[in-house]
Amino acid sequence: MPMSSSQLLSISTFVFALAAFFYMAALIFKKPQLTLPARWIVAAAVVVTTAGLLLRWVESYQMGIGHAPLSNLYESLVFFAWTAGVLYLFVEFKYKKPLIGAFVTPIAFLAMAYASLSPNISDRIQPLVPALKSNWLIAHVATCFFGYAAFAIAFGMSSMYLIKARNPEKSDGIMGHIPKLDVLDELTHQMVLFGFLFLTAGIITGAVWANSAWGSYWSWDPKETWSLITWFVYAAMLHARLMRGWQGKQVAYLSVLGFAAVIFTYFGVNLLPGLHSYGKV
Amino acid sequence: MKNANPLWKFFCSVKLTIVLLLSLALTSIIGTVIPQNQSPDSYLHAFGAFRYQFLSVLGIMDMYHSWWFQGLLLLLTLNIVVCSIDRLSSSWKLIFTRNPKVRPERYSKRSDARTFTDKRRVEELVSAYEPLLARRYGYCKVTRSDDVSVIYGEKGRLSRLGVYIVHLSVVLLLIGGLAGSFFGFEGFVNIAEGEAVDTIRIRNTGQIHRLDFQIRCDDFNLSFYDTGAPKEYRSALSIIDGGKTVKQKDIIVNDPLRYRGINIFQSSYGKLPPEKMSRQDMPMIGPAEEYTLKFTSTSSGMGYTITAKVGVPVDIPEGLGTFAVMAHEADAKFRGMDVGAALKGILTPVEGEPVEILLPLKFANFDKMRGGNVMIAVADQPREGFSFRQTAEERYYTGLQVTNDPGVWLVYTGFVLMITGCFVTFYLSHRQVCIVIEQLRKNSRVTVAGIADRNKLAMKNITEKLFTVMTDS
Ligand code: HEM
Repeated sequence: MPMSSSQLLSISTFVFALAAFFYMAALIFKKPQLTLPARWIVAAAVVVTTAGLLLRWVESYQMGIGHAPLSNLYESLVFFAWTAGVLYLFVEFKYKKPLIGAFVTPIAFLAMAYASLSPNISDRIQPLVPALKSNWLIAHVATCFFGYAAFAIAFGMSSMYLIKARNPEKSDGIMGHIPKLDVLDELTHQMVLFGFLFLTAGIITGAVWANSAWGSYWSWDPKETWSLITWFVYAAMLHARLMRGWQGKQVAYLSVLGFAAVIFTYFGVNLLPGLHSYGKV
Repeated sequence: MKNANPLWKFFCSVKLTIVLLLSLALTSIIGTVIPQNQSPDSYLHAFGAFRYQFLSVLGIMDMYHSWWFQGLLLLLTLNIVVCSIDRLSSSWKLIFTRNPKVRPERYSKRSDARTFTDKRRVEELVSAYEPLLARRYGYCKVTRSDDVSVIYGEKGRLSRLGVYIVHLSVVLLLIGGLAGSFFGFEGFVNIAEGEAVDTIRIRNTGQIHRLDFQIRCDDFNLSFYDTGAPKEYRSALSIIDGGKTVKQKDIIVNDPLRYRGINIFQSSYGKLPPEKMSRQDMPMIGPAEEYTLKFTSTSSGMGYTITAKVGVPVDIPEGLGTFAVMAHEADAKFRGMDVGAALKGILTPVEGEPVEILLPLKFANFDKMRGGNVMIAVADQPREGFSFRQTAEERYYTGLQVTNDPGVWLVYTGFVLMITGCFVTFYLSHRQVCIVIEQLRKNSRVTVAGIADRNKLAMKNITEKLFTVMTDS
């Protein structure tokens, strides 16, 4: 019997778990060489997730309700894990600082696990409600989630920064393998720039879509407002670097705050009233 | 900062920017926790009289339009404008000069400058290295003096404008938003099938707003997936301007109708309550000498409006034959069903037999059922939706959002500028490289160094690569 997309995506949840396990083991048991296989496991997880998402897309067409797999909370969580994995691999390939994975893969795994295991989240392929039938759906969701994934990685790096900053001189053991503070700071900055660009694009595509669907590009609905709050925090963070004495720790705290805002935009908003029923469980 | 005015200084500060951005973030939360623009009753109920008074003084019920929130936005705007003017005035020359001043010591004194010696003479080295820079940098210049020659290259000067474009875009968004809220409106209206309106209700304030044309809902249709989830809401709308139907369109969510700067969106629907269904009868239209007819070609979808005198055949465009109105009947019946006032006419196709056609005045789409290659309707009549399934027991109204926003083009310009500006600022940089060649006694000393306004790590690699190329040759 051929495999269904849900089965494939359950498998990729386990692969992400395995990657996170290797990275955590590297960190906890102070064995940096464990990050070598971990990298390939992340790559495998991304491949399986890609296949799962594509298959889901195909399945939706077979059901006669074809649409991109970006239309409900389950699909968006999977897509988030996918973007985080892809972006992490890119960072790993470009900067070769494998321990960052220890702070990123658990986030991707948690997203997948929440999507697969939470009893409140259905993994059924559902038809699109009229409001979501728009070409802007893909542009909006994809840009937003690339932004979120970049912020997740920046958050991982900032957490490392704050841990390392407690004892920057210590260079023995695993702490010696954590990148230097100024490198972490620069990498975080690069990630936040990328995230900011995509969050901006996400807010803009959302606004254009809202204008073509409801006739107003901005209506201060809680999800919109929270994405703007997130945007304000990261804009503040970009400017904070321009101020003397505001590098390193303060900027890292702002990055953590920004990611908290991302999480709230994503999940917390469902607790509030609003238009974006889309993210609702 | 050339201007020492304390107010100017205050608005120049990036510290103020951070304070403002974080304040905006923090205060924006309030409006997501306290529902906005509800009825006073519901607030009174939730908060009690005393706290309600307090909150309404602060404008919390519509906080994004409150004086203090708008004040924060105004401060941010001033901050951006002043800061941009201040900085642009000093970087303008740097960006737009024809002959950039080169100070070699700015480069050779850098800690990351690379130095080596070469046996060749200065002039030889200049001719060897100049093409290296000229190939990589848009602007390249050689300055020669007695014993020192300097090759200077730079590119990406304009990328310094990126930040100003981003900041300009923020200002455009704010102005565009302001223009929209002052000169535009956002309203809604419910229209029962077959009825036409020219007034809408403004959202939030509930005021009545009159449009200078009418919107008629000819038909509303709703379809479902097998699961029972809604699949599509579709309203057939006509715009009536100056007594004429000037536009017809089926709108669905995500595909609005636009007419004279006003946008009409499908936003909700509902069933009419039973008492509304026994609505007063359509105004009777007695017999007339001529009628305005609308012919819609099934193959092309084109609609043609033609006036026809009773008894005189008219040609139907696209070679679809002729049609003649024969009589007006006050109480016509169709297959035993009462359809009210109707016209009777004869359609003569180019080939085939003439057919008698009934056109009830109330039902615009009646003739669609015949399934011919032309659909005929009597134009400009008060109507109701018609289909056999939903006669008396199922009548819907369509809920439309009607908006006008003259600021939207400013906002969209802002969007484009913001994305471009962010991209330019984040991923391009102004790069300057300098090769200083000094004549020593027996050989020449070469120093290479580069400066970039951002992404300095990448610049370091570029300089290193250049150094390798130079020492390899
Ligand atoms: C919502 C409002 C604002 C947004 C979205 C915004 C956006 C940006 C962005 C994206 C950058 C580039 C940052 C980087 O390269 O790391 C930047 C830089 C800058 N911004 Fe803003 N900004 C805003 C408000 C302001 C305000 C009010 C000021 C006033 C002081 C300001 C002053 C600056 C300065 C001085 C720079 C650095 C320019 C340079 O690198 O030469 N910004 N801004």
